[in-house]
Amino acid sequence: MQDRLPLRPTRDAPKRWSYTRLQQRLAPYVFVSPFFILFAVFGLFPLLFSLFLAFHIWSPLDGLGNWRFVGFENFALALEPSDQFWSTLRNTVWIGLLSGVPQHLVALPLAYLIHTGLKRWQRGVSTLLFLPYITNAVAISIVFGVLYSERLGLLNYLRGMVGLDPLRWLGDPDLVPTSVAAVIFWRYVGWNVVLYLSGLQAISEDVYEAATVDGATGWQKFRHITLPLLRPMMFYAFTLTIIGNMQIFEEPFMLVGESGGAGAAGLTSAMHIFNTAFRDLDMGYAAAMSWLLFLAIFVLSLLNNFLLGRGDGGAR
Amino acid sequence: MFKPRLSRLGALTLSAALLAGAAHAQEKMTLTVAVFPSLDSSVKASLAAWNRKYPNVTVKLQTQEFADHHNAMTTALATRQGLPDVMALEVGYVGKFADGQGLEDLNGAPYNAGASKRLFTPFTIAQATGTGGRFVAMPTDIGPGTFFYRKDVLDRAGVNPATMLGSWEAYLAAGRTIKQKTGAYLINTAQSMYGIISRTNLKPGEGIYFDKGNNLLVGPDNPRFVRAFTLSKQVRDAGLDAKIGEWSNEWYDAFKKGTVATQFSGAWLQGALQNWMAPETKGLWRVQNLPENSFASWGGSFYAIPSGAANKAMAWEFVKFMTLQPSAQIEAFTDNGAFPALLSAQNNMVFNQAVPFLGGQRARLLWRDAARKTQPIDVNKYDSVADQIVNTELTNVLEKNKDIRQALADARAQILRRAR
Repeated sequence: MQDRLPLRPTRDAPKRWSYTRLQQRLAPYVFVSPFFILFAVFGLFPLLFSLFLAFHIWSPLDGLGNWRFVGFENFALALEPSDQFWSTLRNTVWIGLLSGVPQHLVALPLAYLIHTGLKRWQRGVSTLLFLPYITNAVAISIVFGVLYSERLGLLNYLRGMVGLDPLRWLGDPDLVPTSVAAVIFWRYVGWNVVLYLSGLQAISEDVYEAATVDGATGWQKFRHITLPLLRPMMFYAFTLTIIGNMQIFEEPFMLVGESGGAGAAGLTSAMHIFNTAFRDLDMGYAAAMSWLLFLAIFVLSLLNNFLLGRGDGGAR
Repeated sequence: MFKPRLSRLGALTLSAALLAGAAHAQEKMTLTVAVFPSLDSSVKASLAAWNRKYPNVTVKLQTQEFADHHNAMTTALATRQGLPDVMALEVGYVGKFADGQGLEDLNGAPYNAGASKRLFTPFTIAQATGTGGRFVAMPTDIGPGTFFYRKDVLDRAGVNPATMLGSWEAYLAAGRTIKQKTGAYLINTAQSMYGIISRTNLKPGEGIYFDKGNNLLVGPDNPRFVRAFTLSKQVRDAGLDAKIGEWSNEWYDAFKKGTVATQFSGAWLQGALQNWMAPETKGLWRVQNLPENSFASWGGSFYAIPSGAANKAMAWEFVKFMTLQPSAQIEAFTDNGAFPALLSAQNNMVFNQAVPFLGGQRARLLWRDAARKTQPIDVNKYDSVADQIVNTELTNVLEKNKDIRQALADARAQILRRAR
């Protein structure tokens, strides 16, 4: 069998090209090429093109090639303290905190309760909690839009039943971030529960048994075993939340419209970038803001890594 | 020397291509027309007549939702891929598109649309003309502005609608009486007051936010903006607005229940109220001109030809058919209430007919008159930027009691930075 295999050509051997030989050489590259082609077209090219655009002024209506080099002008514009980019970044971080922090504060104990107390129903409960995550964002936003309706909505109806005045959930600039954050919380809390559940299932029962033998209480087990061993999963879940919340678009866009609602209080950075690119047709400025948003996400992820990611050997 | 020669050569080539295209009109071909709802209804209503005239030319209609359509057209113009032969544009977009280079300038040969401009309601021509005079789209429908009011509500309040016409202050005074006597709000939101006052009584050569020379008009020294902000604030402080956004469930509910007495809008609102918003309120509505003898337009649609279109000759035939043929315009008007931009179509008998939904009022004559008195408003590619910034500052005034002049000064500074 050995001699049937094609011989690797030596330096001195003359190169003999044949279709079979070419096929054998190329086949691996052809098989792996779809990923690289797709990545180049939909990943690498837009990335490089947006970096290129960030240094130019360009309206897409002028067609490719009609761009004007402006150096760092787009970045300088966005970084000026009075620029709207900052207010949208503030909105994004605020909505992100309002939705992200409760997500984890609720998801972690809930996952622990399901893991320890609802073993038989674990699968069913997890599926139920996961449903909002796979539901269409547009449908969710329409339903919540109706719930939030000032005069016709269920929330104000319930407030009325206990003698409270109706609130302008999506009309008052002070309430818009909370209203939007509630929808994001509802949508992603189940996702985090499932993440934590999978983390909990990876912890060996032996450790808990040993702690029980040593006389540890339920709280002590949670505090000294579960939390440290879950740290890698918490780091992963926090990172996903930071990245996701900093790019929030669908929920506020559907709930309060492209302008961001009353006082643009629901205008997130991703929406502002979208508006700048496709409504105002200022692609260069939008591209520069995209890169600044990327930097902000990068810094926050680093911070998260600093706080939680170090010594994931906590699990050890 | 080189450029003019090239452009002349280009024009000659295009003319030859168009002539050749026209000569081959009898060959079977497909014309792609990209539109948004409900303009697609207007096209469908005219297709039978089009097919009689051009039996070999099949119109392939590409309909996408409003924002999706305009995003798709932006991308198509940027990449020159997937361009339709005819591109519909709404008035909010046509100004921006006019300043780009992706659409044919219909002033030049072989279109020579200059001769047709006088056939349209005058203000629409300015809407489709970019800086440098490029005329990129032919108007098909317009939204002459009037204000709708609930006659039953005003009757209950004992308010004569004619008293609201004198001044904006009189309009507000009537609103106080309506609120006091019936509990109904005067207007859906205080922002609407800003919207209408900021776009009326413009001087020649002015747009809403910029003038012809690209100078920004927004600022604490501009009486139009100061007054628009002041009156909006007065409406809010007096509790005369229902704080309801347009195109919301509460907006439709207010129309049905009569909890809001008046609504500024284009003529198209009558069709929407009658067909789906509040059909059960038939006979309760009336329209009249805006206070202070002012006129404005709400909405409007246009047809443009992309420079990269495959069938420009037939595209131009289609655009002419939809915009210059009175019959096509009347079809669209009777089909879905698209008010004709073509002046000759406005002389059709249907304009003299009473509108049953408006209690038999001959409102179309009022709209026609309003359309002809509406002054041209220049458009600028930074209008959307300015609009967003000014509206955010207005909310600060309304919701957070920000000083009006400070808000306008801040808006001016922000717009100046963005309008590069």
